[in-house]
Amino acid sequence: MSSEMFALFFDSFLETLLMVGLSGLIGAVLGIPLGVVLNVTEAHGILPHPRFNRAVGLTVNAVRSTPFIILMVAVIPFTRLVAGSSIGTTAAIVPLTIAAAPFVARLVESALREVDAGLIEAAQAMGATDAQIIGKVLLPEAFPGIVAGLTITLVSLVGYSAMAGAVGGGGLGDLGIRYGYQRFLPEVMAAVVLILIAFVQLVQSLGDRLVLRVSHRGQSAQTAP
Amino acid sequence: MIALKNVSKTFHGAARDVHAVLGVSLTIEAGEIFGIIGRSGAGKSTLVRLINLLTTPDAGEVIVDGRDLTRLDAQELRAARREIGMIFQHFNLMSSRTVFGNVALPLELIGRPREKIRAEVEKLLALVGLSTEADRYPQQLSGGQKQRVGIARALASKPKVLLSDEATSALDPETTRSILDLLRRINHELGLTIVLITHQMRVVKQICDRIAVMDAGRVVESGKVLDVFRAPRSEVTRSMIGEVISGELPETVLRRVRRRIEKRNGDEHPDHLLRLIFVGDDVDRPLLSEAVKRFGIDFNILHGQIDEVQGQGFASLTLLANGSQEALDGAIGLLRRHDVTVEEIDHVL
Repeated sequence: MSSEMFALFFDSFLETLLMVGLSGLIGAVLGIPLGVVLNVTEAHGILPHPRFNRAVGLTVNAVRSTPFIILMVAVIPFTRLVAGSSIGTTAAIVPLTIAAAPFVARLVESALREVDAGLIEAAQAMGATDAQIIGKVLLPEAFPGIVAGLTITLVSLVGYSAMAGAVGGGGLGDLGIRYGYQRFLPEVMAAVVLILIAFVQLVQSLGDRLVLRVSHRGQSAQTAP
Repeated sequence: MIALKNVSKTFHGAARDVHAVLGVSLTIEAGEIFGIIGRSGAGKSTLVRLINLLTTPDAGEVIVDGRDLTRLDAQELRAARREIGMIFQHFNLMSSRTVFGNVALPLELIGRPREKIRAEVEKLLALVGLSTEADRYPQQLSGGQKQRVGIARALASKPKVLLSDEATSALDPETTRSILDLLRRINHELGLTIVLITHQMRVVKQICDRIAVMDAGRVVESGKVLDVFRAPRSEVTRSMIGEVISGELPETVLRRVRRRIEKRNGDEHPDHLLRLIFVGDDVDRPLLSEAVKRFGIDFNILHGQIDEVQGQGFASLTLLANGSQEALDGAIGLLRRHDVTVEEIDHVL
């Protein structure tokens, strides 16, 4: 492999890393509180608001069921507003974050649902406030499940980021399309795919190991295969 | 310490309404161990949750330590709940916290400084005998140890009342006994009032001072444990006591008695089936032989059992008595004068 080609791969990999990392981070920052809101406002939650819950749930579902390629195009005006441009790695982070946040929210919501209702009852019997129940009981108990959910999110974002690359976001997906497909360099395409596979494996096994580390249950919370 | 006045709670289900608690009134004295017993679905778990308002009653007053909890605002209620500890059937410990962390939680909630928490938690763990397990996680403990953590956690906020919701129902008999011993000890040492929900008569028999029996949302009878054991008034109570102290005669014995009575049909004096209950010191007295000698009647012992209730001897004896009506009345009179409960149960034949 020529040194230019290597530099190209390296830069593309960094772009992918940046897109996945930043959108994952901002997605988690937005998605975790959203997931908590979804959980506690449920009919059987600690702060039941069924109508509000349904409204938030519908919005989350709407974003989640929009195919990413369409979402990306649909939010272009918003992307331009935030990133100043609709093309490039920074611009790609906007739709990636918009896709990630509701994804994280649902995974966090279901991780919180796994927390035994008896624990919440015990905390209420101790005189805990709702904020204390969320901060001291719900989130710590659901932490392994949340970590597993974030791992799944990062893996999905790797796939999405490749799609963002196709419309000018840069990254490994972009490299594969431009060199592997449009310039008929199948070995570049193969290398891109191999790097993506290795990267996803790495993210997944790091996530699994972290889940094991933070989980003190007999069996670990499993992330999706 | 606790007074429930005419409390009711109905759960509105999709299919039908469930009247879990119906107009229950109870008074629980400071420092006593009060048992609430009933079959599953009798409403006892709802009743115990009405005491700390985890469940809000539809009607009635819940007075704990002189205050009606139903009239408090959210903040006052949280403060009141710290005076009421609670332990659970499935322990409800946090799997993400160590034994130490679980016991520390109620203290963290009230913002106690870290060094103070350490000192208090260590004292609590010593009290329940878990000093060496402080750094382990609940998943690594046995059921009995988990419940000890639950008890230490419930005592952390120095409550005046401890609610126990089927706390021993998931434990084996040996562990149950040791947990009940621990409860009895903290009742003595800390003067804690304990309200204990259970479906196991043997739990009540071992540690309660007074009990209330619940059936279909109502309290069907209540009183001192020995009194209830001696003379149960409701069918539920009778059958639940029967699980620990069998009052019913086995079918084979009944058949033999029926045959015997048939054979002796036409005799001058018919047989009478009697059930006697001796409590406390009477168990050691030769009352039966005294009755035989003085009144010249025959006793034929069919079935008997001696047990311990609230630390006192408790014997139940079923026998067939034969003699003149006069002699029989005299013998029964003698027994009753010595506080033996005598019940004629010819009707079971």
